[in-house]
Amino acid sequence: MREEGDMMTTSILLVGVGGQGTILVSKILSQGLVKKGYDVKMSEIHGMSQRGGSVTTQIKFGEKVYSPSIGKGEADILVAFEKLEAARYIEHLKKGGKLIVNDTEIYPLPVLTGAAKYPGGIIELLLNTVENTTVIKAGEIAEELGEPRCQNIVILGSMVKALGLEDIDWIELIKENLPERVHQVNIKAFEKGLEVVGMPLTSEA
Amino acid sequence: MMKKLLTGNEAIARGAYEAGCLVACAYPGTPSTEILENVSQYEEIKSEWSTNEKVALEVAAGASIAGARALVSMKHVGLNVAADPLFTIAYEGVNGGLVIITADEPGMHSSQNEQDNRIYAYHAKIAMVEPSDSQECKDFVKEAFNISETYDTPVLVRMTTRVCHSKSIVELEERQEAKVKDYTKDISKYIMVPANSKRKHVEMETERLPRLREYSNSTPLNRMEFNSKKIGIITSGISYHHAKEIFGNEASYLKIGFSYPLPDKLIRQFAHEVETIYVIEENEPYIETFVKAMGIKCIGKELLPLCGEVSPEIIRKLLLNEEEKETYKLDLDIPLRPPALCAGCPHRGIFYEVGKYKDKIISTTDIGCYTLGMAPPLGVGDTCICMGAGITAGIGFDRVNEMAERGKRVFGFVGDSTFFHSGITGLIDAVYNGTNMVVVILDNRITAMTGHQENPGTGKNIIGQEAPMVDIETLVKAIGVKEDNIRVVDPYKLDETKKAVKDAYESNELFVIITKQPCALIKEVQRQRRGLYCQVNQEKCRKCKACLRVGCPAISYNGEFVTIDETQCNGCTICLQVCPFDSIEYHEGRR
Repeated sequence: MREEGDMMTTSILLVGVGGQGTILVSKILSQGLVKKGYDVKMSEIHGMSQRGGSVTTQIKFGEKVYSPSIGKGEADILVAFEKLEAARYIEHLKKGGKLIVNDTEIYPLPVLTGAAKYPGGIIELLLNTVENTTVIKAGEIAEELGEPRCQNIVILGSMVKALGLEDIDWIELIKENLPERVHQVNIKAFEKGLEVVGMPLTSEA
Repeated sequence: MMKKLLTGNEAIARGAYEAGCLVACAYPGTPSTEILENVSQYEEIKSEWSTNEKVALEVAAGASIAGARALVSMKHVGLNVAADPLFTIAYEGVNGGLVIITADEPGMHSSQNEQDNRIYAYHAKIAMVEPSDSQECKDFVKEAFNISETYDTPVLVRMTTRVCHSKSIVELEERQEAKVKDYTKDISKYIMVPANSKRKHVEMETERLPRLREYSNSTPLNRMEFNSKKIGIITSGISYHHAKEIFGNEASYLKIGFSYPLPDKLIRQFAHEVETIYVIEENEPYIETFVKAMGIKCIGKELLPLCGEVSPEIIRKLLLNEEEKETYKLDLDIPLRPPALCAGCPHRGIFYEVGKYKDKIISTTDIGCYTLGMAPPLGVGDTCICMGAGITAGIGFDRVNEMAERGKRVFGFVGDSTFFHSGITGLIDAVYNGTNMVVVILDNRITAMTGHQENPGTGKNIIGQEAPMVDIETLVKAIGVKEDNIRVVDPYKLDETKKAVKDAYESNELFVIITKQPCALIKEVQRQRRGLYCQVNQEKCRKCKACLRVGCPAISYNGEFVTIDETQCNGCTICLQVCPFDSIEYHEGRR
């Protein structure tokens, strides 16, 4: 009903698996947006999800944000920390929206026990379906940096690039939110993430 | 003025601080847990984890009568536990302000039901406020303390998950000290024997409630926003923001922030101004029923759902009949990702062993991580109702198993914190009424599911100071369980766990197994076990998949090899112990 409102706010949906560090990323992202003077609402659902379930964080920013919820076809950008979760939440992405998907597999329990199969070819399917898809191998990048746990900050970098928000002092925020001994590696991870978007899309091969 | 991005829970804590609150208590429960965790950061407020919500409310009520501003928080089902004191404190009123936070869960992200606790305010006849974002959480808590003291009533602050766990910008202010008020003995107010209660009830109906109704009609917490008058929306809580997002300036709003008693005059005035009224609220038609009872036509639950959360998407679809937004669809079978017991979870060992008897027993389980023992492949669990029922529902089940001659032994499960919360009374009942069941107390040294809160068994209080430790085994003995029928086991050691389960199964008396091993996610435990992990020796592995039957998320089989994810593994060795071919190796010190 209120079309102009849709244009004024940007909706970001972060999805992943409990333990992947989505919450830290959404925290840093929303702090940066507040610093830039936006009205921000961030909504995260946790509880049982920290025991290996799906986690989602919804961030909306703009001049004035009302509802924190993001429904189907309402996300301007979907950031998936795990590829099965990208598939699970793809219906939340609006037509023409951007998808960033981390090319990593975390098997859910029904797959581990053999009750279900982890579907193959998710990345190809996403690339063929969503026009604006960026595949990122955050795990490999983090591994090269010698700190597997900074995967989430690599993803933060690629998100910042996709959103065109490079003018915010993210390095400062990374320092504020992380212990000093991991500052340098996370700053490098962030910079690597910034480089990913804009590069030719890679497929799963 | 300083502005900060806060969750609703953080803002409630900040509000309590700024209002001069002096005592705060709670029992943890999603989505309310972070309220007290944040309150406890303020040195000025004496904060404590209570053993359950009834205890918490009674402690806060005592503090209020003694003259301090007091706050108590709980999840929605916690208010059921605290309902006993609630209804009587409502008669007594307060001395220092008394604010009760209920965090409801429309949509049940992490709960066993989605009851609408606004009806408690109506039922107990206590004032209620409903914030819709973090700024209001802070402002309304401060106002709630004022209302409480001005009108001599406890005040219920009704939150929902989206308000608790959403962050939005809050302007911070200074703390206004509220000193401890004088306490004057007044048994006609504070001792609820029938003679006093009768008088207090009349006083509530004839004096307090009429004054609160006047307040409801005049407070800025209830406000009208006039735009286009074709549609008028009456709403509260998070639904206000969902409605604003959809209707913007194309509707007028009556935003209810003070929702018990509801503002009758304001509603009539609003109804007079607008053409069609929508009532947008989650779960029960609380406002709608009131509006309709006033003889005012409105549209609400005919179109909007009683179950689950409301969202802009739902309003668009159900109220406005709009088409779904254009999106992408994948033709793909996507497996579910249910929560699971973590790699290294100490509950796995006991459920694995009890699981071997699952066709010969009934297992009544309880609220906590260990509810997940019900999931395949472990599959242990017949019932789960509420805190404490892991023991007590088992008592009832045992009676009927006997009548029906089912020959099935009952295993009741309860966690450490849940045992302190409301398991002890159940175990006493089991002893007293001669129940020959097995009670398994899963002591993982923390309240785990809600994110690691201390409890009477952990030896620490909410701010990390040393605290007396209640010993579960001693307590179980003192209750009267025979010493021969108690086993304390390390659930990481399957042989001793197996033996205890066998003894318990074969006994025909009340039997208690206490498993002792700290939660694998406790930071200190993670530090200690950092270097430990298990690895599959691929030459020896015969792919029998026995290890997959322990349901560990670190173990997977890709059709070719069984592998253990070393980053998740903490070397608990349960898989190693079940491997019939000795093909899993244990390592200390990561490669």
